[in-house]
Amino acid sequence: MKKYVCDVCGWEYDPAAGLPDEGIPPGTAFEDLPDDFLCPECNVGKDEFSPVD
Amino acid sequence: MALEMTPNVEWVGTIDWHERDFHGFTTERGVTYNAYLVRGERTALIDTVKARFAPAFVEELRNRTGGIGPHFVVCNHAEPDHAGGLPALMEAFPSTTLLCNAKCRDILAHHYAVDGWKVREVTHGEEISLGGRTLRFIDTPMLHWPESMATYLPEEKLLFSMDIFGQHVASSGRFDDEVRWCVTLDEAKSYFANIVQPYARKVPPLLETLRGLEMEIIAPSHGVVWRSRVAEILEAYEEWSSRVPRAKVLVLFDTMWESTERMAGAIVDGASAEGVEVVSLKVGNTHLARIATEALDAACVAMGSATLHRGMMPRMAAVLTYLKGLASGGKAGFSFGSFGWGRGGPEELDEGMRAMKWEILREPLRSRYRPDAETLEACREAGALLAHRAREAAGSKTERRTDS
Repeated sequence: MKKYVCDVCGWEYDPAAGLPDEGIPPGTAFEDLPDDFLCPECNVGKDEFSPVD
Repeated sequence: MALEMTPNVEWVGTIDWHERDFHGFTTERGVTYNAYLVRGERTALIDTVKARFAPAFVEELRNRTGGIGPHFVVCNHAEPDHAGGLPALMEAFPSTTLLCNAKCRDILAHHYAVDGWKVREVTHGEEISLGGRTLRFIDTPMLHWPESMATYLPEEKLLFSMDIFGQHVASSGRFDDEVRWCVTLDEAKSYFANIVQPYARKVPPLLETLRGLEMEIIAPSHGVVWRSRVAEILEAYEEWSSRVPRAKVLVLFDTMWESTERMAGAIVDGASAEGVEVVSLKVGNTHLARIATEALDAACVAMGSATLHRGMMPRMAAVLTYLKGLASGGKAGFSFGSFGWGRGGPEELDEGMRAMKWEILREPLRSRYRPDAETLEACREAGALLAHRAREAAGSKTERRTDS
């Protein structure tokens, strides 16, 4: 599972950690995040994230 | 109007003495829009001014560049108070090349008719020589927009820091040693609280980067230029971004017939008796910028509202919305307020404080109509509770500090 970074603010989603505060358990792939997922830092949608190589 | 800052750098901005409402941010001391002209073998203008000041600004530049305009204009930030002069500038001097990063170019294209502008995209760390003077670009994303950038001039040991380290204060002197420190520090703190705070976590890594630069002058895009207190303003930013609060209690409230105000008074008395710093603000006569500034370093906040139409008073809702947006996290507190028959004010505030993930120290403190002696005593006890929690949260950092 790849990490994804927000193109706007640089916040990184780590699937291993998930986002327990937002009800997203560890081990959730970025692709499996809900369609209405928003960057917790700057509120942009999933389409403004890029995979981290 | 222009002023020589160093033999090769002139301030060419605008002083707006009378601006009092900066997109909702109350600016009681006015505003400046700082722009700078750097002279090497070629010239570079660092940022512009708000559109309504652009005609005089362009004329000034024409005079200072022998009629040809600057060779380059750097756009560090696309917000219209700094980029608003670009359309007039680019029209007056079509041979000027705009230097900005890719994100900035995109945002500018959403504001202005950029077709026909000469643009060169620059990237983080890139240098452009003016001949004798060098521009080095440092991206500062989310401080405070995605495209925000600073420009460093190594030969002058000068950082054009954009909005970072800025302050809303109009003054006749352009330098920090020409305006009282208590004023500039207060305004820098307000600027940090209201503009920089949402992305405060980005500040410590930036300060680390800046420590690697020789810096004798920091020239922000608002307010005074730092030359005598560079170390102090860096230290202040370190403190404000650290999120370690002071042993300080803030009481915010709105009232209808003074019942909630009396409760607030008792909470203030209870907290003050414990010897911590206490600030009480009635939101009806205090602007949001001041509230955010006082909240920045407060460990504990009590929020009070009378009950109006089954809910909180609208001005308290505005405070909650504003503090939530500023990500004023990590605070402890509780809500309080009066009601007549049904519930509403304190309960809604409690909900809002929980939504911000604040630590809630007790259930909402309520008074049916006027608080009686027992309720006022409960308020004093709750005030003491805030004071104890504030002292704990501040840990050892209770000594008086530079911004007291």
